[in-house]
Amino acid sequence: MDGAEIGCRADPCEASGQPSALSNALVFGWRAVLKFKHIPEQLFDLVMSPVMFTLLFTFVFGGALPGSTDTYLQYFLPGILVQTVVFNSLYSGMGLSTDLGEGLFDRFRSLPIWSLSPFAGLMVGDILRHLIASLIILFIGILLGYRPEAGIPGVVAALLLLPLIGFGFGWIFLVLGLIMRTPNTVMTMAFTGIMPLVFASNIMVDPATMPGWLRVFVEVNPVSLMTTAMRGLLAGNVTLTQLGLALLTPALLTAVLAPLTLWLYRRRN
Amino acid sequence: MMRHSRLATKDAESAAIEARGLTKHFGNVRAVDGIDLDVPRGMIFGILGPNGAGKTTLLRMLATLLPPDAGSAKVLGYDLAASPHEVRGSIAMTGQFASLDEDLTGRENLILLARLWGFRGQAAKSRAGDLLNAFDLADASAKQVKDYSGGMRRRLDIAASLVVTPGVLFLDEPTTGLDPKARKSVWRMIRSLAEAGVTILLTTQYLEEADQLAARIAVIDHGKKIAEGTSRELKAATGSGFLHLNLVETGRLGEAKRLLEEKVGGNVQRSAEGTTLSIMVDTPQKANRALAALIDADIELADFSMGAPSLDEVFFALTGQSTEPRLSPERSDGWSRNRLPR
Repeated sequence: MDGAEIGCRADPCEASGQPSALSNALVFGWRAVLKFKHIPEQLFDLVMSPVMFTLLFTFVFGGALPGSTDTYLQYFLPGILVQTVVFNSLYSGMGLSTDLGEGLFDRFRSLPIWSLSPFAGLMVGDILRHLIASLIILFIGILLGYRPEAGIPGVVAALLLLPLIGFGFGWIFLVLGLIMRTPNTVMTMAFTGIMPLVFASNIMVDPATMPGWLRVFVEVNPVSLMTTAMRGLLAGNVTLTQLGLALLTPALLTAVLAPLTLWLYRRRN
Repeated sequence: MMRHSRLATKDAESAAIEARGLTKHFGNVRAVDGIDLDVPRGMIFGILGPNGAGKTTLLRMLATLLPPDAGSAKVLGYDLAASPHEVRGSIAMTGQFASLDEDLTGRENLILLARLWGFRGQAAKSRAGDLLNAFDLADASAKQVKDYSGGMRRRLDIAASLVVTPGVLFLDEPTTGLDPKARKSVWRMIRSLAEAGVTILLTTQYLEEADQLAARIAVIDHGKKIAEGTSRELKAATGSGFLHLNLVETGRLGEAKRLLEEKVGGNVQRSAEGTTLSIMVDTPQKANRALAALIDADIELADFSMGAPSLDEVFFALTGQSTEPRLSPERSDGWSRNRLPR
């Protein structure tokens, strides 16, 4: 090797000026896509548990709960979409924690790029993940007999709402990713928080059957509000209030945690 | 303005690095304590010190990764505090731990960085290809980095710092953990980069590495710069030569030490295991006299050698303490042969 080969000074090099913030973010998005290519297992992770939940609840509990598996699937499927997105939103926090551990962010931070573009890349990966997982679940649901009454527009609207929910919840795990030392701690903490939110909600069971004190919690649980809006969107009878309530939590989380994330990131040594 | 080379900067006259009183505390610990540095352009400058001396902290401050608590610095004429973005535009840093995406292939890692630097499409690919060839990684380019050996990883990591030739390259312990062959190949790359005009600031705890590569060396300990100069100057500061000897009967070490100090003057330094005695001698005659005195006293020598001081001895002379307790114990003259990882 000689110096001339590695030196990139004139003709052979074609870097075309300072790239824009957007193009930086897109490059990080490309990285997220490459990860899907190299770790296809993560798609399996992503989709396996919701698929199992769907099959299990539809066939094991479905008959017992509302009387028939078909009726239950109709009730349950919008909820499982919300549940999947909430669970999967922890991936970018884990990814961030891994990157920080590997010193990769040091390299990104010493580049003359928009300092938040790595986060934008994580978000791109998240949105892809949410869309892929949601589509697979919808597909399986439809195979099993689920019918979205609102048709294609309802499905499209649902696919728009889901990444927004994931985006909001994602901040929680980015904050955890910046605070916790290992990706595994992030995951453990995440599950401890998510489990009660998801199970003490109206995803699986009508809250009318629950004891009064629990119903109070279930009715204000953001996951329930999101599920209600999702049912409404797919059934074609959603109200603006329902949509507003569903978006309230993601909006609040973003307003509070996005600045906190940036502050933690900049303060990090 | 094309950004493929960062060798040219706003002010061709300014030094590559000019630091004044850089200081960083972590709690009560002064990790870096008022360090001044002047590194001219195009030089390989070595920062030598044991673990925990503050080398990495110093580098991270100069690379804008860590704000200093006090002091200031300019890199290629750009002030760290006032224009960090410009500093980032003209430097590259290779940390102690490979900053690569383990899940991506070597080629993808380089393309990713090339795109972040503004190479588009085909240009990013061809730049990645050039670097892979230059760093002997073409065969492994399609493998995920997690399957790379330590030496390959380090080479890729350095290549990743050169996507756009930096004006100043920071290398934090570039050969730590490498086998001798991989270390030699990293050294070769560092030298050829310097020939291409890149200023290189490298930290090392290996005296041989500083000796081999660096035109100037700053020795730091406990966050302070305790000496600076060329390797020759540092050695000259310590004296012309050292006599090292091993006894057959280690029981008589104390007696031998007294005799040596009496005949030669100065202090005898004992190696960490206590089996080797070393003493500074100005002239071969003095060494002769010392050896004769030992023979007269019937102290039998297992072996002896005479040599220019190793940088370890320089470190001892400068700090009054050996680097030994903080590093693996080795013969005091054994830096070059033994101190590097095997």
